[in-house]
Amino acid sequence: MKLEETAGRLPARRRRSTAAVVLEFLGSMNLAITLLVAVAVAAVIGTVLQQDQAYSDYQLKFGPFWFQVFKALGLYDVYSAGWFLFILAFLVTSTSVCVWRNGPAMLREIRRFRLDVQSKSLERMRLHAKIETSSELAGVSARAERLLRNNGWRLRRAEHAGVITLAGMKGGANRLGYLLTHVGIVVILAGGLMDSKLPLQYKLVSGQLKVETRDLPASKVPADSRLGLGTFSFRGNISIPEGSTANFVYLPMGDGFVIQKLPFDLTVKKFTVKHYITGQPSDFLSQVVLHDPRNGKTIEKTIRVNHPLVYDGYEIYQASFGDGGTKLDFTAWSLDGGKQTKGKGAVFGRYALGTGSDARSLELEDFRLFNIDQLPGARGQTTPRNLGPSVTFKLRDAQGVAREYVNYFAPQLIDGQMYYLSGVRASPAEPFRYLHIPAGPHGGVERFMAMAAALHDPGVLKRVAGRMAEAALQAARVKNEKMRARVTDSTVHLLNLFARGGYDMVLADIEKRVPKDRRQSAADVFLKVLNSGLEGVYAHVLAQQGITQPTQKDWNWFQRAVPTLSVLSEYGAPYYLQFTGFKHIQAAGLQITHHPGTVVVYTGAAMLVLGVFLLFFLSHRRIWVRMESRGEGGTNVLFAGTTNRNPADFEREFNRLKEIMFAPLKPDRIPER
Amino acid sequence: MPISRDILEDLDEPSLLRRLTGRDWLWALLVLIGTAIAFDRFHADFGTIQDVLLASTAAGMIALGWFWRQFEGFSLAVTVLSLSAIALYGNSLAAAHRDPLLLFLLSSPVAITWSCALFLLANAIYLLGLAVRSDSASQGLLSWGSRLTWAAVTMGFVALMVRWRESYLLGPAEAQIPISDLFDVFVLFNVVTGLLYLYFETRYRQKSLGGLALLIVSAASLFTFYLMFQFHGAHIGPVNPELRSYWIKIHVPALFIGYGAFAIGAMVGGAWLLRARAERLYPDGRVTRRLPDLQTLDDVMYRYNALGFVFLTLGTILGALWAEQAWGAYWSWDPKETEALVVWLNYAAWLHMRYTNGWRGKTMAIWTIVGLLLTTAGFIGVDVFLPGLHSFGRL
Repeated sequence: MKLEETAGRLPARRRRSTAAVVLEFLGSMNLAITLLVAVAVAAVIGTVLQQDQAYSDYQLKFGPFWFQVFKALGLYDVYSAGWFLFILAFLVTSTSVCVWRNGPAMLREIRRFRLDVQSKSLERMRLHAKIETSSELAGVSARAERLLRNNGWRLRRAEHAGVITLAGMKGGANRLGYLLTHVGIVVILAGGLMDSKLPLQYKLVSGQLKVETRDLPASKVPADSRLGLGTFSFRGNISIPEGSTANFVYLPMGDGFVIQKLPFDLTVKKFTVKHYITGQPSDFLSQVVLHDPRNGKTIEKTIRVNHPLVYDGYEIYQASFGDGGTKLDFTAWSLDGGKQTKGKGAVFGRYALGTGSDARSLELEDFRLFNIDQLPGARGQTTPRNLGPSVTFKLRDAQGVAREYVNYFAPQLIDGQMYYLSGVRASPAEPFRYLHIPAGPHGGVERFMAMAAALHDPGVLKRVAGRMAEAALQAARVKNEKMRARVTDSTVHLLNLFARGGYDMVLADIEKRVPKDRRQSAADVFLKVLNSGLEGVYAHVLAQQGITQPTQKDWNWFQRAVPTLSVLSEYGAPYYLQFTGFKHIQAAGLQITHHPGTVVVYTGAAMLVLGVFLLFFLSHRRIWVRMESRGEGGTNVLFAGTTNRNPADFEREFNRLKEIMFAPLKPDRIPER
Repeated sequence: MPISRDILEDLDEPSLLRRLTGRDWLWALLVLIGTAIAFDRFHADFGTIQDVLLASTAAGMIALGWFWRQFEGFSLAVTVLSLSAIALYGNSLAAAHRDPLLLFLLSSPVAITWSCALFLLANAIYLLGLAVRSDSASQGLLSWGSRLTWAAVTMGFVALMVRWRESYLLGPAEAQIPISDLFDVFVLFNVVTGLLYLYFETRYRQKSLGGLALLIVSAASLFTFYLMFQFHGAHIGPVNPELRSYWIKIHVPALFIGYGAFAIGAMVGGAWLLRARAERLYPDGRVTRRLPDLQTLDDVMYRYNALGFVFLTLGTILGALWAEQAWGAYWSWDPKETEALVVWLNYAAWLHMRYTNGWRGKTMAIWTIVGLLLTTAGFIGVDVFLPGLHSFGRL
């Protein structure tokens, strides 16, 4: 970076060595600006393209071809990409060369008063004034000296052959600003480099370290994906369940992780989320115990957001929270046979359910104690409502195909009625669709399950259908065994279709069997029969529960249950899991960092801030007063000044000083400017 | 040779202490009394940091008042109006619906509306003052523009003060200094930018730039209205626990002094282009007569950009310190951080070009405007569209 013209002189032309050419190139302004722009462009890429996502997400977004291209360019982790670090290193070099070349001149500028300045160069300055006075040289120079000193100017004086030159200077620290800012940048980047992942990436490339991409428990991770205590700088995460202890963290790398050992054991005694009355979390607290086996020290502390625990250069932050393996009790209702199986499990556990085609692997994934739902209210405000605890789990069939479910413990009030909600989706990209199971008259899902079971019980269907056929024939006063069997069969057929695929399957069946022009009337008849059949099944279920005279409430329940029964086939699982009890165990998500470069970065940052203030709020100003005795008892005075910043301000200051200086001097004449 | 005594007289520049007048001391006394009251009432809840912040605020206000006289009257107006509003509220927000003063002037949504409306009006009058034929009418209009701008800035600051109190009246979940969501910071931007512009008026004894300088504040005022009426922006919601830190009180204002300075720098750049064109087309026209000359405009533009750069640097570094404490990393390449870096690099390049290559005039004026577009796009775009650690301003 070139200096102002006032600071340096052009070197004499001569043959330059290669080193000088390289140095000139590295220190050139154009290179510096190019690098600044390059970093800016890289930063824009890194902002627009979300960084550090799962590779599968990128693949989905860009397609296989561009995914590979972008991956090769390192665009998923721009700031660790080789080319980006190269630009940064280049920037450090360029800035260092600039400081190296201009620094000494800057320091000289602060010290040098330039007493040897020629009157010609003073007269060439934009700000200068001359006066020819009859006052004596000694008096004039004493006045000038006192004037400048009293106004805070540092002064040097030279006297030579009847000429007195005063050189004053102010704000020389402005030049320090140049040094501090540029050195500050270099120091910051150096500190940043100290804290970068560069050494780890080198280990990866050289094969000393392998990224673990499998979903393994920490104890099973092989040794070549583990780092010992010597790592210079890292930032990792660990989720520690309440009551558990860990002495390592996971460092995310590429699309996997490696394990970093810690020199201490960290136990989470308790994790708490504090809430406002409105339900929003107000604070996250982890009560931890840190034990260092090297010196036997034990520290107890509560870590909160914005309040980390710092120990021996390691910083432990409250980063997130999650489930720590909550214990759960549940009942698995089979939706096609009414069988109920009681089970116990814990979050993150896997359990086998059922046999044959109904065999599923139950993967309990998460438990949430609170589910705050924001109900829209007036004027854009919302009213919070707590839906109570829920469990997220997956059911995976023998082919490995899984669906994700979320079940709420408690029934929810919807349009004035209580429903048990169970959300289902086939992939995380979809929203949950909720199965609404109407709660029985005394709560619980028993009545609904009994109804579902009855629909899948051929004996029940046959009996209900038979009774319906009988009643219908009687009403028509027909006695025909064959007819009765046919009516019974078709009713059973309809109920079966409904049980297997709801209304949709019934309608599809009609479409298949009935010619187009008669479909509408046929559908009317069939649905009427189906509904009577369902009512019959319901009456049977009620009778089993000892209710022979259904009330209006019972029939209302039926109206709400039928749509749910109709969509049961889309639920995608032969089970409904009713969770009945839990023992909440949370896990504190902690971030643990070891960043020795931080101090270096802070030093650089302090230099940078101090530097910019000096650079922009101070200006390096100089004033010269050259006084020459005219021999016959008068003095020629030349008053001149320069500044490297803010010329307008300096002009005002200069003119004020000049006017004070010249005021009492009796001018013989004021020469033209 | 004897030196006559009279030649050595009248040279002493009076020292700062001697230059201070009774009014200056009165100002200092008022600030200290206010500080003492605040300390007395709240020191039980203060930690060291808060004590330091309070002391620095007092020192800063005294210095600013001595340095810039108009700031004294302005601060007093803000103080009196804010305290009145707080007193009228008492301990219940319900007063906002009863008390006519709160209802029509001082409750924060109303005060913000006033502030934005006053900015728009001031801008229109400034522009009229630049455009009218008669020079004396122009003088009058520009003075009115200036008064209205002072009123707008005052109302804006009062709104922020009152809003702060309102958030505490709402409850512990909402209690927070009102500079933590997109709506809040737009109000902050308006008042900071307005104040930075007004300082120029005092310093350069020039009011003719107001119409152009305030265009950006008018745009921001319209956006504030948009947020208010489309997104219920004035609603005070619960605060993200991450933002509960004293750092926000220095990090955000530092950055907004930076943004405000860049904004005015860009507007002055626009004024430069306008004047350059006017000089060519109508050398004796009104714009040429009234706007400051090109060199002054160039100088002013540089000064605002330099000021912006200093505070952007400071604010970003304060943010890094906070991030280290809150997230365990002083730099995460979060979209907002990266945006700040891009803006910083842009202005660093601009300043280098001016210093070392001596670039002036048209290119620099255009570059400044492009710089502001970059800053704005980054600021709003990143806040609203890109997920990240700084996504506090989602609509």
